[in-house]
Amino acid sequence: MKTPKELKVKPIRNGTVIDHITANKALNVIKILELPSEKSAVTIAMNVHSSKMGSKDIVKIEGRELKSGEVDKIALIAPNATINIVREYEIVDKSEVHLPDEIKNILECPNPNCITNTDEPVETRFSVIEKEPVILRCYHCERIMTKEDIEAQFKLF
Amino acid sequence: MVVNHQKDIISIKDLSKKDIDYILKVAEKMEPIARSKKRSTVLGGKMLGMLFYEPSTRTRISFETAMKRLGGSTIGFLEAGVSSATKGENLHDTAKIISEYADAIVIRHNMEGAARYVADSVDVPVINAGDGAGQHPTQTLLDLYTMKRIVGKTKDLHVSLVGDLKYGRTVHSLAYALAMFGVDMSFISPRELRMPKDVLHDLSKLGVSVEETENINSVLDKSDVLYVTRIQKERFPDPEEYSKIKDAYMIDLKLLKGTDLIVMHPLPRVNEIAYEVDNTPYGRYFEQAFYGVPVRMAILDLLIKNSEEI
Ligand SMILES: [Zn+2]
Repeated sequence: MKTPKELKVKPIRNGTVIDHITANKALNVIKILELPSEKSAVTIAMNVHSSKMGSKDIVKIEGRELKSGEVDKIALIAPNATINIVREYEIVDKSEVHLPDEIKNILECPNPNCITNTDEPVETRFSVIEKEPVILRCYHCERIMTKEDIEAQFKLF
Repeated sequence: MVVNHQKDIISIKDLSKKDIDYILKVAEKMEPIARSKKRSTVLGGKMLGMLFYEPSTRTRISFETAMKRLGGSTIGFLEAGVSSATKGENLHDTAKIISEYADAIVIRHNMEGAARYVADSVDVPVINAGDGAGQHPTQTLLDLYTMKRIVGKTKDLHVSLVGDLKYGRTVHSLAYALAMFGVDMSFISPRELRMPKDVLHDLSKLGVSVEETENINSVLDKSDVLYVTRIQKERFPDPEEYSKIKDAYMIDLKLLKGTDLIVMHPLPRVNEIAYEVDNTPYGRYFEQAFYGVPVRMAILDLLIKNSEEI
């Protein structure tokens, strides 16, 4: 069993630990994951020392196992994040996040003249055309969205 | 569509080279009908819904002519001012209602992505007739058709795009389509109005060689086509700067003398092509505008007939 101290915050019994989140991005991560929900307690650690990354953030979600598919979208802002599934205090599964080919609904198009920035009942869709650094293309207006555009959107949070 | 099972024509990027070739081939068959030398009723009883949220007389008349030459008719509104569009009904609901009446929809809208959105919202085929600064694929197709008809080829061409290459949406899609056909291009523009980087990036991926220059004289000898676009005064804060550039890119007979190229323009022109060019073998922009009719006939025929087969 891994020593819980390594994670710097109180261990969870059952649930998910998202580790190696880019420092100071934990709040954005939980926003993207639409957490906390009613059922799950969420613990956040920010700017924790990391031998691999210098410093990192950690998010722990008690009582909910996130499948890698539903977490992949956080790769937009935390490309090195790892997902640990915990059962009875033990890590039973470990995986990395992979940016999906399409991002739905999370982002707003930076083009003010895009149809998605109106009152029309339309969801945003972006296809990932470049992964490192990330470049997206709006499905509707075909404009390019860069890493800077993405980060600007999460700044307000 | 028949070739690629496309329901709609929204962006030139949705079409393969094979799709484009097919549309141009059908357009050729449509030409005698467009010129009133033959009659057709292939779309008899069919209805084209026109959603023109922005005035664009030339595009609208071209589509209307195409539909009527094939025996069909048109419904819809031509400017937001005469419809519920101003009373706050959203685009989604308006398009839904028209789609219940019409066999296909043509939409012109001031917002980018509007046509894609409508295409996803309705079951009938949708044709994008211009969405803001976005796409206008039938313009690109008629440009290609014009080159094919007049120069006689879409291979081994050299096309020079002149003018506002930054904001002019027609040149972006045209450059992309030409690159699909492996056509080498020269881009001639003032420094401030150069082809955007993401367009250049797309072109380099398609493996064609492009040259960027500010000097129009340097490309005349190698060009088969000079595709001219308007440089808008508003792009230049300094009126003196604008007038210098305007003169440097003015196309007149003195410039064209001794060359073996054709001049195209998406129209309307303001003063970038001298009137003296109009009735010479160089000036082909009115012919180009006419070719919009057979090309749109081909598209309407392919899309509407296809919807019958499903
Ligand atoms: Zn957009």
